[in-house]
Amino acid sequence: MTGTTVAGTGLAHTPPEVALELVGPEEKRRAGKREISRFIGPPIVFLLFLGIWQYMHESGMRTLFDKPGFLIPSPVTVFNDSFVMAKARGNLLNGVKWTAVVALLGLAITIVIGMFLAVVMSQARWAERSFYPYLVALQAIPVLAIVPIIQSVFGGGMQPRLFVCYMIAFFPIVTNTLFGLQSADAGQHDLFTLRGASRWTRLFKLQVPAALPAVFTGFRISAGLSVIGAVVGEQFFRKGDKPGIGIVMEQYRQKNIYPQVYGGLLLASGLGILFFLVFGWIGRRVVGHWYEVSGKPG
Amino acid sequence: MTDPSPAGLETPYSKSTPALAFAGVSMVFPDGTHALRETTFEVHPGEFVTVVGPSGCGKSTLLRIASGLNPATRGSVTVDRSSLGYVFQDATLLPWRNVLRNVELMAELEGVPKEERRKRALDAIQLVGLAGAESKYPKQLSGGMKMRASLARSLVLSPKVFLFDEPFGAVDEITRERLNDEVIKLFQLEGFAGLFITHSISEAVFLSTRVLVMSARPGHIVADFPVPFAYPRDPELRFDPAFAELSGRISHELRGVHS
Repeated sequence: MTGTTVAGTGLAHTPPEVALELVGPEEKRRAGKREISRFIGPPIVFLLFLGIWQYMHESGMRTLFDKPGFLIPSPVTVFNDSFVMAKARGNLLNGVKWTAVVALLGLAITIVIGMFLAVVMSQARWAERSFYPYLVALQAIPVLAIVPIIQSVFGGGMQPRLFVCYMIAFFPIVTNTLFGLQSADAGQHDLFTLRGASRWTRLFKLQVPAALPAVFTGFRISAGLSVIGAVVGEQFFRKGDKPGIGIVMEQYRQKNIYPQVYGGLLLASGLGILFFLVFGWIGRRVVGHWYEVSGKPG
Repeated sequence: MTDPSPAGLETPYSKSTPALAFAGVSMVFPDGTHALRETTFEVHPGEFVTVVGPSGCGKSTLLRIASGLNPATRGSVTVDRSSLGYVFQDATLLPWRNVLRNVELMAELEGVPKEERRKRALDAIQLVGLAGAESKYPKQLSGGMKMRASLARSLVLSPKVFLFDEPFGAVDEITRERLNDEVIKLFQLEGFAGLFITHSISEAVFLSTRVLVMSARPGHIVADFPVPFAYPRDPELRFDPAFAELSGRISHELRGVHS
């Protein structure tokens, strides 16, 4: 299940992602007329979502699936039991903290290794050709299928969870960085060739700066995925003294206390969104002043 | 072929060492495209030579070979590449660098110390009329301003030979004429030998001391027209009967090439 999700997020989204997020002032002004629908649309959808949720709790579960309503507690109950009650809130926040630690650490290591590999692949055609098939293969491995192996190799603790993060977040980092490093146009390369620039000069003064917009797109995608990886890892590898949100959720579920499971779910997605936004913001700070998307439909 | 030194035209450079010399240069690309055939010509110091020819006749290839970006299949090219100026069809500015740092680039790659290259870059920016735009990024510049920055980037090397690869093809007519004036000013001030590629006959005549006409692919120099007008050239020159007459002869030669 995670395997396919990641493949879709990593590759298919790359060019449109770049186009959507880093938009110049021109486009912003043109979008001004859509401003109203922007502010009204999301709350309406949110209310609709809450309504369906409440309906599922009250009668939907019973009439549609013949299951008890407590499996989907009402939104108010979820909010109260998870975020108002101090003990549950403490448990959940502590969990999300550890998840954040694992996701960030996993992401950092993935970035270092992934970017290094991308740089190697960008330097020689044969390196790219040699590594690429295995990257795709790695991408196709369902995490679920190798849980037993990860389990026996790493045991409990943070290690196996970090490993799941690498597996899920690696591909977008490598492909986006590589795409970026190869994005400098032929004319710009000619300039460096004219002055007999060395491989390193070309890399650091041309390819790396040219790659930054795509690199940050990769960071952003992988940051969200890393959170998913951390939570998925927690679901599988529950041993250890640093219980992440996935573990906390599982503990509540085993006791048949459902509101906090949903509360944890909300926190986990909140963390993913936060990561996504923070990396998007950093990206805009770093390249926003020069990066302009060309050919964006108005 | 037109006589290279017709009566009445002084050719003080014909006995000097050429700044750029092509001798029997042929070019066949790996895919089998025959771009150039036995091309021979010289550009002397103080000359501004423009090559006109039908699209795809190998004009740009000529510059790529001159600069060493592509090796010729046959023949020899003699040119000092240590301070070669080169403007491409696109401005090819680095979008993450502002104007000043873009203009510094060539000198930076050449290893010119920071202070020195900054000073040269500021001078060059002044020269091409971009003063005040030093801290602007390429996305904030118009097409004409980008080309000016691109010109300045080569000027910091104080080039002895300056190659122009259809640099003003993408800008509007008015901007193009202004940029032509700019190129002439730079040619007079800097004294480089110019080799300019264009498909505009009027641009060719307006800028040059000599216009070469190239045949369709595989490219070959088929005519050599000296341009007798004195520098600096007034924009009004474009409406001079002598200008029209010479343009007509070049156009005729070009059409002869086509048919």
